[in-house]
Amino acid sequence: MFTELNSILNTSPDSFTQGDFILVSGRQSDASFLIHHFLSFYLRARCKVCFLGLVQSFSHYSAVCQRLGVSLAQAKEKRQLVFLEGLQEGLSVFIPQDDTTGNKALSFLSRDPMVGLQNLYEFVRSSVSSPGGGEEGSDGSEQWGPPVLLVDDLSVLLSLGVSARAVLDFSHYCRASLCSQLQGNVVMLLHCEEEEEEDDGDDEGSERLLKGLIHQCCLALHVQGLPTGYCRDIHGQVEVCWRRRQGDGQHTQNKVFQYKVHDKGASFFARGTSSAVL
Amino acid sequence: MAAPVNSVVNSSAKCSSFNATSFQKKTRSRLISIPGTRPSVQNGQLLVSTGVTSLDYLLGGGLAVGTVLLIEEDRYDSYSRMILKYFLAEGVVCRHELFVASAQHTPDDILQELPSPILDDVAIHKPVEQPRLSHEPQDSLDAMKIAWRYQNLPKVQTALASSSRFGHYYDVSKMMEAEIREAAKCHRFYLPEHPTQSSPTHSPMLESYSALLKSLRDVIQREGFEVTAPMSKSRNILRIGLHSLGSTLWGDDLCCHDNPRHGHALTTFLYGLRALLRSSLSVAVVTVPSHLIQNRALMGRITRLCDNAIALESFKGSEREANPLYKDYHGLLHVRQVPHLNCLASQLPDHKDLAFKLKRKQSHIQCGILWPFHLFIYFDL
Repeated sequence: MFTELNSILNTSPDSFTQGDFILVSGRQSDASFLIHHFLSFYLRARCKVCFLGLVQSFSHYSAVCQRLGVSLAQAKEKRQLVFLEGLQEGLSVFIPQDDTTGNKALSFLSRDPMVGLQNLYEFVRSSVSSPGGGEEGSDGSEQWGPPVLLVDDLSVLLSLGVSARAVLDFSHYCRASLCSQLQGNVVMLLHCEEEEEEDDGDDEGSERLLKGLIHQCCLALHVQGLPTGYCRDIHGQVEVCWRRRQGDGQHTQNKVFQYKVHDKGASFFARGTSSAVL
Repeated sequence: MAAPVNSVVNSSAKCSSFNATSFQKKTRSRLISIPGTRPSVQNGQLLVSTGVTSLDYLLGGGLAVGTVLLIEEDRYDSYSRMILKYFLAEGVVCRHELFVASAQHTPDDILQELPSPILDDVAIHKPVEQPRLSHEPQDSLDAMKIAWRYQNLPKVQTALASSSRFGHYYDVSKMMEAEIREAAKCHRFYLPEHPTQSSPTHSPMLESYSALLKSLRDVIQREGFEVTAPMSKSRNILRIGLHSLGSTLWGDDLCCHDNPRHGHALTTFLYGLRALLRSSLSVAVVTVPSHLIQNRALMGRITRLCDNAIALESFKGSEREANPLYKDYHGLLHVRQVPHLNCLASQLPDHKDLAFKLKRKQSHIQCGILWPFHLFIYFDL
């Protein structure tokens, strides 16, 4: 986890707000470093994490989290982490083996993907629900904190043919069950393409999805490249938008930071104060 | 792929892929080296050469095993096809296995046009001779007396030494000799030979792509390229060359319409391809006629589903050909994406304005900074 980002967001693994829906979006920039931050953050906070790793293999996430000081394999063993490896599950749907006993989370790939992501939601729901029965508790298995869902990333679902509306429904259901009912958190990553002109025809869904998710979230982190172009020392800028509901209505607050990603983390600084510049 | 690298190659500090001698350090894990690969200096991933040394440099030392390189074709598919042939030729020289898929030309046509390697110490691998040599050296009358240490080594030592080099040079004006080419094992997929069966599922992938994916998976499983395959046999790399995916000949209408009906066919295939590659010792180069794809958002999705992406823009037939600025060069090369696997930060190239050209009668790389802020990288002819 990135300590500078924690101070910006005013959170720490010991005290963080629950019931949050956090949206991380990247436009023409890769925002996946933030997902690694949240993954290591919530694992350190001893939450029960359900991670939908749709984009990369488990070894990639594991290697990166190792550098951030968290072991995914251990978390998986202790049942703190439930990991859905999208690539392997998807492949087993595309090319069914004879002994199909895999879980049906990605079964939407074989049926018409416009149908919906119900099975995926059921998978999420079952993985974050607390283990029932006294036998497990008396085993000495640890009790974990509030459940957290992390999705990396939603635009892959769009690439696989799922409609934006189905993804919005899925995120709404996740938010309703995880944030409201179980008082957990949800973090979703979405990549948008470069802005298209406003012509007719469907807009591929990612813009619509982004707008819908911004409306649902309470914290949004927008990552984009520098407006002046490519720079080796400053990889881009992050716009942090809080949308808290205060007593007297919506309260939004925006802040912009620039960031640089390095091997073991990322550093965030106010615009123009990069160490390369000063 | 951190896990496969650790299982196949020892930690980069200790191992050398250039196993020219039989000396092997006694280490805890079994040291297996695959000719034609080397670990990356940045993150220890296993890299293979694309065949073009300067392109290897751009991609951070080489193409990581388990990743896909997307080449956005130039207008007449001349230079992108050339890079594909370089990639396959490098596989022949390193004795990797090849898989070539095409809908337009038969794979044999592509294979017959591979450029010929320039070095004269690339010995022709004669598989007939080798078993005899490696099994019974001590019985031969002319066993080496002085250099007894080398007695037990197979006699095609020079070939091993050169083919375990990383990156070779090719002469595009000459075709690779049939002997060298036929020594490599090659799997072919020619789309007209695979009649499309109606798939029982409504998956967004087209039948042509799913047939290709199945064929790839079968080859990977059958020939033992999976990472989880038993370590007893020697490991090798599978080089996959997929020509002109997304073109109409594959049954896709990406290039025909602004809002294609099969808009998700290619992206779904690329997702399945990524899944196959991450779990096997293979590398893929995919060329896509992106100049025909009008939908930029879709092109962005396709790019993001591949790990490396470059785009070629040749000057042939465009107004830039007459531009005095570009008179020495054949086209522009744009790096669209570099991967950041197993690490947070990606190694972006320092310079983003690149041009390519084919040089005659040169056998070494020349890079020069001719303008401030611009670096021109040449291919070799």
